[in-house]
Amino acid sequence: MDPGVESSMEAVRRSKDEKKVLRKQIKASHTLLKHEGISTTPQPSKSLVVANGGLGNGVSREALSAALKEMGELETLIMHPHKPYAFVTYRSEECARKAHVHLNGQKLQCGENSVTLYLSYVDSVTCKEEGSLPLPDGLVLVEDFVSPEEEALLLAAIDWSGTNDDVTAQKALKHRRVKHYGFEFRYDNNNVDKDKPLPAGIPQECLPVLERCLKNKHIITMPDQLTVNQYESGQGIPPHVDTHSAFEDTILSLSLGAQTVMEFRHPDGRLVSVVLPGRSLLVMKGESRYLWTHGITPRKFDMVPACDPQFPAHTMSDLRTNSNLTLSKRGTRTSFTFRKIRHEPCCCAFPSACDSQGGPSASPPSPPSLPSCHADAAHLEEEYVHRVYDAIASHFSSTRHTPWSRVCDFLSSLPPGSVLADVGCGNGKYLGVNPEVIAVGCDRSSALIQICAERGFQVFVSDALSVPLRTASCDACISIAVIHHFSTQERRLAAVRELVRLLKPGGRALIYVWAFEQEYNKQRSKYLKDQNKERPENHSPSDNTSEDSQEPHGKASIQTSRCLEDSPVDDLQCVSKVSDGKLSVHTNRTAFNTQDLLVPWHLKDGKRQGQEESGEGVKKDKKKEKSKKTYNSITTSDCNPDPSPGFKTRVPSGSGQDTSDATHSSDSKPSASDDTTQTSTSTQKSESESSPTPVFHRYYHVFQQGELEQLCGQVAGVKVQSSYHDQGNWCVILEKDMHL
Amino acid sequence: MKLLTHNMLTSHVKGVTKGYPLLIKATEVKMNEVEFNPQFVSRMIPKLEWSALVQAAEELGQRQDLPGELVSDYEKNEDFLKKVHRVLLEVEVIEGCLQCPESGREFPISRGIPNMLLNEDEV
Repeated sequence: MDPGVESSMEAVRRSKDEKKVLRKQIKASHTLLKHEGISTTPQPSKSLVVANGGLGNGVSREALSAALKEMGELETLIMHPHKPYAFVTYRSEECARKAHVHLNGQKLQCGENSVTLYLSYVDSVTCKEEGSLPLPDGLVLVEDFVSPEEEALLLAAIDWSGTNDDVTAQKALKHRRVKHYGFEFRYDNNNVDKDKPLPAGIPQECLPVLERCLKNKHIITMPDQLTVNQYESGQGIPPHVDTHSAFEDTILSLSLGAQTVMEFRHPDGRLVSVVLPGRSLLVMKGESRYLWTHGITPRKFDMVPACDPQFPAHTMSDLRTNSNLTLSKRGTRTSFTFRKIRHEPCCCAFPSACDSQGGPSASPPSPPSLPSCHADAAHLEEEYVHRVYDAIASHFSSTRHTPWSRVCDFLSSLPPGSVLADVGCGNGKYLGVNPEVIAVGCDRSSALIQICAERGFQVFVSDALSVPLRTASCDACISIAVIHHFSTQERRLAAVRELVRLLKPGGRALIYVWAFEQEYNKQRSKYLKDQNKERPENHSPSDNTSEDSQEPHGKASIQTSRCLEDSPVDDLQCVSKVSDGKLSVHTNRTAFNTQDLLVPWHLKDGKRQGQEESGEGVKKDKKKEKSKKTYNSITTSDCNPDPSPGFKTRVPSGSGQDTSDATHSSDSKPSASDDTTQTSTSTQKSESESSPTPVFHRYYHVFQQGELEQLCGQVAGVKVQSSYHDQGNWCVILEKDMHL
Repeated sequence: MKLLTHNMLTSHVKGVTKGYPLLIKATEVKMNEVEFNPQFVSRMIPKLEWSALVQAAEELGQRQDLPGELVSDYEKNEDFLKKVHRVLLEVEVIEGCLQCPESGREFPISRGIPNMLLNEDEV
C-alpha cells in the first residue's frame, strides 16, 4: 500500500491482515516492475493496476468492471490476454482513491473462482494501438444471418436420437457429434463417395437459408452436402483445410447456439481468431477455403473482444495483442456446413495445399521411407521423433511417472558423489532416483526439458549425438529408450560412442532399447499382455498411453548375460526391414512385423499442453507445476489455473504443407478430422472417426536379440558387462576400459 | 543452470578444440537457497574443474573470496565448503547465454535452461 494513503488513514496499528495485504501489494508491485516493466507510484492518480484482476486469473471483464464501477465512473478498463492484472482509469482521482481504499485486498468472486485484488497507482496506462489483423482473403462473416425463429427451426430439424443413423450417417465422435446429409464424408479416404448419395438429402428447413445465400451472392450454386456438428463446451476440432478434391470452392458454415472462436492459420504463421456469434454465417472462399486452416481449440472459455459500448465489438482481431478482451464461457454450438460436391479435379491457385495437384495432402499420404543418407535420417528423426515429443510432451510426461525398477537398481548401485548423465532424460523421472549422485539430464525435446526444469533438475537441451559435456567427466550414463529412435545403424552407433566418450575410465553406461521380440522365453511382454485389457469396442489403441503398457517395464523377466561371441549376428537379416521401401505403421500392442516402423501415439482427449494430467505419480508434480506457472504472475496464492489452456495449445505449425505423414490407419489409408471434411494439415496429426484424438507417429528401430550387444561391440574401449531382456526391452550395461 | 552444470558443459561446435570453459553472459541471475550438505559438496569437489568454477563465479560477480586454488583438506573446512556450496548450487543463471571461447558461438539460456543444440553445419 502506498505511503500517501497510509499516512492519511487513521493512525491505528495495522492488523495482521492489513500487514498481509501490504506485503502482498509490495510484492505485486515488484513483480510488475520486474516482469512487465510497469512501475507503480505512491502518488494517487486516476489510473490503477489491479493485480490478480486479469483475464489470466480467470477474471471476466464483466465481474471486474462491476466491482470497479461501484467506486466511480470508469474511463477505460484494459485487460490484456493471459495477463494476471488489469489497468483501470477512473474519470477522477477521487474515484481512484476510493477504489484503492475499498478494493485493495478484497476478494472478487468470478464464477467459481475467487481472487484477491491488489491495487496500486500507476502514472500512465499503456494502451497499445490494437493491431487488428484483416480477415483471411475470401472470408466473410455475416452476423444475424438467421433469425432466432429460424435458428430454432433448424436445430429442431436435426434428430440426434440416432434412429436414422443409416440415413444420415451420424457419428458420435469423442470431440463432437456429427451428422451428414446428401453425401457422407468418408474418414477412411478423406473424401466423399460421389456415386453414393445418402438417402437423406439436405433437410427442407435449410432451403430458405440457402436460397438467401444464393440471392445474396454468397454462393452461385446450391450446395448438395451438409455436415452438422455439435460441440459441447470444451470440445473443438483440429486445424484443417477441407479436402480440395471433395468440394467446390465456397463453403458455408452457419453457427447456431453458443458463440465460439475459430482460428484461421496461414502456412506463413499468421493467426487470425474469428469470433463466430450464434446465428452468424461464415463464408469461406478462395484463399481462406483453400490455403488457411481453420479449427476450434477445445476449451471451455474463449477470450473475445469486450462488448462494452466504449469498445466497439470486433468480429475479429489478433487476440494476442488485443487488450479489450473478456472471457466468454462456451455453451453448446451447432454448426451447419454446406458444401457442393466437386466432380472435376481441383485446379485452385494453391497447389501446395491441393490434393488434386499433387500437394502433400494428396491421399493416401505416403509414410516416409527408411533413410538412405545422413541428411534423410536427420530429417526423418526431426519429423517423426523430435517434433512429436515436443507436441506430446505434456501427455507423454503424464504417462511416465514410474521409473523402471532395474534402471533404479543401476542408479542405486552408483557410489555417492558419482556424476551421472541421463542422455535423453525425457521428463526426468530418473534424475532424482538416487539423491546421492550428481545428476544432469539432457533431451532433444525442449518441451520435456522444460518439465524437468520445473521439477528442479539440472538439465539442458542437446542432441544425443553431440552431448556438450566434457569427455570422461561422468561416472555413469544412462540412455533409456533413446537409441531406438535413431534411424540408421551409423547413427545408433554414434549415439553409443557418444555415451562412451562421456564416461570416465571404469565408468558404466546403461542402455535400454525397445525389443523386436516382445515375447521372450515364452513370456509375453506387458506391452502385448495389455492388449487383453483393451475394451473390445475401442478400435484404436488409445489406451496405449499408460506407461505400464506402452513401453514395457517392470520386473525383469530373464537375465541373459551373453558374450558378444555368441550373439546371433547372422540372424539380424532375417526380419524384413520394410515393406516396399516405406515404413509401416505399427498396430499398438501387437507383435512387431518389421524392425523399422512408425508407432502411433494417441494424444488423449484434452491432454494438450498444460492440461489436466492423470496418474497418481504426477499429482504432486502437477501441484508444483501449478505454482511454478504463476511465477510470472503477481502473487502465487490467489491465482487460479488458467481457464483457457487451449490458448497454449501448440499446433505443430503451418508446416502441414510439406508433410503428409501420419494420416494412416493400419490399412495405410488416411484418416481425417472433420468439422466438415478435411485433410488434417498439422504435422503428424489426424483424427479419424474411430479415434477422434490426434495421432502422432514416432519412428522406432526395434532391436533384435543380440543386436544391441553387437552395436556396442563396435565401440572401442568399452566392454559389455551384462545384457538382459527386461519386459520387452533389450538392455546392456557397458563398462569403459580402465586403460585406454 | 547452476554453476555445477556449467562446470560440466563444453562447446562441441565442429572444429573447436578448446570449447571449455564456456563464458557466461547472464542477464538474470538468481540466488536459490539450497540445504547445505558438507559431505555432498566435498564429494563434488574432485569432480570439478576448479579454475572453471572460479572463472564462472567471477563472471557473475559471485566469486567473493573463493580462492583461486583448491585448498587442501577441504573435507574438514566447513567455511570453505559453504563457499563452494553457494557458488555451485545456489547461484542460478536464469537468462543469458553461454559462449564458446573458441568459436564465439552463443548458446541461449532461457528460463534457466541452456539450449546446446547445434545447427546441421556445426556438427
